[in-house]
Amino acid sequence: MIYLLLFFEFFKIGLFAIGGGLVTVPFLFDLTEKYTWFTAKELTDMIAISESTPGPIGVNMATYAGVNAAGIGGGIIATLGLVTPSVIVIIMIAKLMSQYQCNRRVNTVLEGIRPAVVALIVFAGLELAKVTMTDLLHGIIFAILFASIRFYKKSPVFYLGLAAVTGIVLKL
Amino acid sequence: MQTLKDLFVLFFKIGLFTFGGGYAMLPLLKDELVSRKRLLTEDELLDMYAIGQCTPGIIAINVATFIGYRRAGVGGAVAATLGMIFPSLIIITLIAMILKQYMYNRYLTYAFAGVRIGVVALIASVVIDLWQSNIRGYTDGALFVLALLLLGLFSLSAVWIVIISAAAALIIGECAKK
Repeated sequence: MIYLLLFFEFFKIGLFAIGGGLVTVPFLFDLTEKYTWFTAKELTDMIAISESTPGPIGVNMATYAGVNAAGIGGGIIATLGLVTPSVIVIIMIAKLMSQYQCNRRVNTVLEGIRPAVVALIVFAGLELAKVTMTDLLHGIIFAILFASIRFYKKSPVFYLGLAAVTGIVLKL
Repeated sequence: MQTLKDLFVLFFKIGLFTFGGGYAMLPLLKDELVSRKRLLTEDELLDMYAIGQCTPGIIAINVATFIGYRRAGVGGAVAATLGMIFPSLIIITLIAMILKQYMYNRYLTYAFAGVRIGVVALIASVVIDLWQSNIRGYTDGALFVLALLLLGLFSLSAVWIVIISAAAALIIGECAKK
């Protein structure tokens, strides 16, 4: 039963999350409120692991969330659920239209979704900040990390490593 | 049969060696498919990216499915996609299992408390980049505010936000045409 539910929920994410990178985060955040599969804090850990391991972030997150919810089988089912809509839709497009172009209406809709996707990530980010940043020290570390990310633009793995060392040194 | 295996192996390699997916895997795909094997031209690859971006699902998987289908039909699409997700399945499952064992270790707890702040900082930075490339003009701003209001006031799920903004964008687009 949980496998069916996992497949359905991740199928939905695969259908509605459009783009790359962190676009699945708001959808996964919704799952923390709907099920007891993982908490918002665990979701934050998943983002960190998914950013610092090879593979598409969305796929990594689905696997991690599935394993957390229902073990190895859960990881496989959630990941398959996430990619199934892509496989179906892309095959249909490739089959029906030899020369598929993103048409004007499709483009209007996609352009319109993009600001909403930004809002979704802002909102999810704020919710994750609420469970993560508990005092002033956290806020100061955040400010320093944020400034160096914007200033030096190194890879995310570098900053997550830096943050981990900071956590150990300061016993956060 | 050879093609299916080749597709699986190619995308397995890409899944294993690229961090982040999406555009991060573009250089590797170009190197393998355009420069070395000459299976695609660079324009064809970029077209696939354009379509992968405007169809449901995450870009990396859309592109993998597309290339697989073009090379070897439905079987190819499935082989490429499975190849792409296989490294994640193995690596992430292992990490998740190991972390579950050691999550109560004191130093790991400290490290993750730090890492979580790092994640929030990275998201904040991504938001600024997304804002700069996606919010242009008043219509975009209005759609952004609409989504934020719906989230804050009615706590709608992400799925509903996407559906409502798509409808709003379509209506605004049709009105602007007239």
